[in-house]
Amino acid sequence: MPVKEGIYGLLAEFDTPGALVDATEAARDAGYRRMECYTPYPVEEAAEALGAVRNRVPLLTLMGGIMGLTTAFLMQTWISRWGYPMNFAGRPLFSWPAFIIPTYEWTILFSGLSAAFGMLALNGLPQPYHPLFNAPNFRQGATDHKFFLCLEAIDPKFDVNETRAFLEQFHAVSVVEVDL
Amino acid sequence: MATKGQISDPMIDPKTGEFAVIAPGHNFKSVTEKIAGVVLTSNTPLGWFFGLIVASGVATFLVIAVTWLFLKGVGIWGVTIPGAWGFAIINFVWWIGIGHAGTLISAILLLFKQTWRNSINRFAEAMTIFAVCCAGLFPVLHVGRPWLGYWLFPYPNTMNIWPQFRSPLCWDVFAVSTYATISVVFWYIGMVPDFGTLRDKAQSPLAKFVYGLLSLGWRGSTRHWMRYETASLLLAGLSTPLVLSVHTVISFDFAVAALPGWHTTIFPPYFVAGAIYSGFAMVLTLAIPIRKFYHMEDLVTLRHLDNMAKVMLGTGLIVAYGYGMEVFMAWYSASHWEFFMMWNRMFGPMGWGYWILIATNIAIPLTTLWSRKLRVNVTYLFILSLIVNTGMWFERFVIVVTSLYRDFLPSSWGTYKATKWDYMLYVGTLGMFSFLFLLFVRLAPMIPMNEIKMMLPQTKIKGLDAETTIEETA
Repeated sequence: MPVKEGIYGLLAEFDTPGALVDATEAARDAGYRRMECYTPYPVEEAAEALGAVRNRVPLLTLMGGIMGLTTAFLMQTWISRWGYPMNFAGRPLFSWPAFIIPTYEWTILFSGLSAAFGMLALNGLPQPYHPLFNAPNFRQGATDHKFFLCLEAIDPKFDVNETRAFLEQFHAVSVVEVDL
Repeated sequence: MATKGQISDPMIDPKTGEFAVIAPGHNFKSVTEKIAGVVLTSNTPLGWFFGLIVASGVATFLVIAVTWLFLKGVGIWGVTIPGAWGFAIINFVWWIGIGHAGTLISAILLLFKQTWRNSINRFAEAMTIFAVCCAGLFPVLHVGRPWLGYWLFPYPNTMNIWPQFRSPLCWDVFAVSTYATISVVFWYIGMVPDFGTLRDKAQSPLAKFVYGLLSLGWRGSTRHWMRYETASLLLAGLSTPLVLSVHTVISFDFAVAALPGWHTTIFPPYFVAGAIYSGFAMVLTLAIPIRKFYHMEDLVTLRHLDNMAKVMLGTGLIVAYGYGMEVFMAWYSASHWEFFMMWNRMFGPMGWGYWILIATNIAIPLTTLWSRKLRVNVTYLFILSLIVNTGMWFERFVIVVTSLYRDFLPSSWGTYKATKWDYMLYVGTLGMFSFLFLLFVRLAPMIPMNEIKMMLPQTKIKGLDAETTIEETA
């Protein structure tokens, strides 16, 4: 692994989303891949510049939904037909139209929980510690009004001096090293 | 419509003649400072303490009423045969209905790309959750032995018995518990990035620690944001059929019973529309004092109030159609029982309830909400929201009580009279609701900062960096 000892990456700070997107696009064109933008609100253009437009949250949600649907329907069928068969006003034991409503609810319940917790899991959250929080200026603005681009040290193209010079072309407010 | 004087108003967008969604002059930093400032300040406004004292004072009624109920049993309530479903179910349906506007604002308006919702969705969702808490109390207390309430859920047990899935009351358990869970998850996930902002802005070590835990280590990574946006959209897409199904299932509690006044197919849509109607009234009841108290008029603008009033007008008309159709079907069905029920509802001993309902739900709001002048008159809207909340409570009272107390056989007729314990429990939940809401306003970001930032003009990205910079400084 070409990891540089003791450094996570170089963090460039920008004042506007436009400057961030320009720098990100240029970094990608220059061949950098291990990089990430940090913004106070979702910036779709930054995601496009990173090439991160698709994700697996919908797939997880679909799987959750199918699981909820089958769980609820099979559970009710088993309970009403085999687990606790009772004659309620002569209705059939397997009265599936009545089972649709709890099935519908659990489909939504399971898929909703999958969407929420699946999103957190794919994001690797909760993660209380991250090297970026070591950067002196990151917590001053990443969740407030500043836009950051971090080129990570594990990128094969990364070199502290060259990468710093590269980032400084883009009117960054500052470029700082992030300690591991 | 707008006169010259109104166009010069900075709150009106000159292009459309509509009120601006956000007052001009805000930037990323000012939005954060304004919203996070309410939470992170060490100077809690005195008015907040005053509100909290009043709310907790009222909530003690709930504690007293529930304690006495546990000691004595549901016999202390006015419920009896034939009026077996009294205040408990009225208040349950009323509270759940109020919650529905929160989900409508956060989910359905998100799908319709109504960005004006961004200012009000957070506290509307909070309202949903606290309303569902209040609603959930009533059926649990009404089962008689609330400590065995978990018997409602299908779980393997030594008694070897299981729920009965052909009953709407069992469906209710599934619908309401799903609704509560998904609402809490949606609300919390929505707040995670804002908790990150609070963590970074906080000065006191305790606030840093607590908001740090709640933020789950959120750092605004773009890849995270994209998954987050997908998950929000999916949750919105799932909440939309959910919220429609919840009140539908609740209406089945009534509609499936073979009782005149309940046994109608119009109940599901009419219940859902009524729920949204009362929910928007409650959002206005909460939003109007809060925007005034915290000087949020630049983020919750007249545009929001105007739009909410329009939604109320629309749903109110659906509700009016529902009432009209009930009367029409009572006549058209040629059913003696239906006809008598309707006559008794209007002119029987409890006919006053019906006429209060018509006045507060139909006559007053649906004649005045057409006027733009009145829709943007904050005082009028506040009073109207209280009127509609009253009206929607009476709607449930009329449906539950006047259908039950005089059914088929005159020999089984009775009456219904709520006791002081019924009233105390109801008033107590109002106190609990206000108490929870005040805590929320003080401890959590009541307006989603990241979503407000997305609506600012500074988010526009031009092809050239230089242009963006010029626009920024201009």
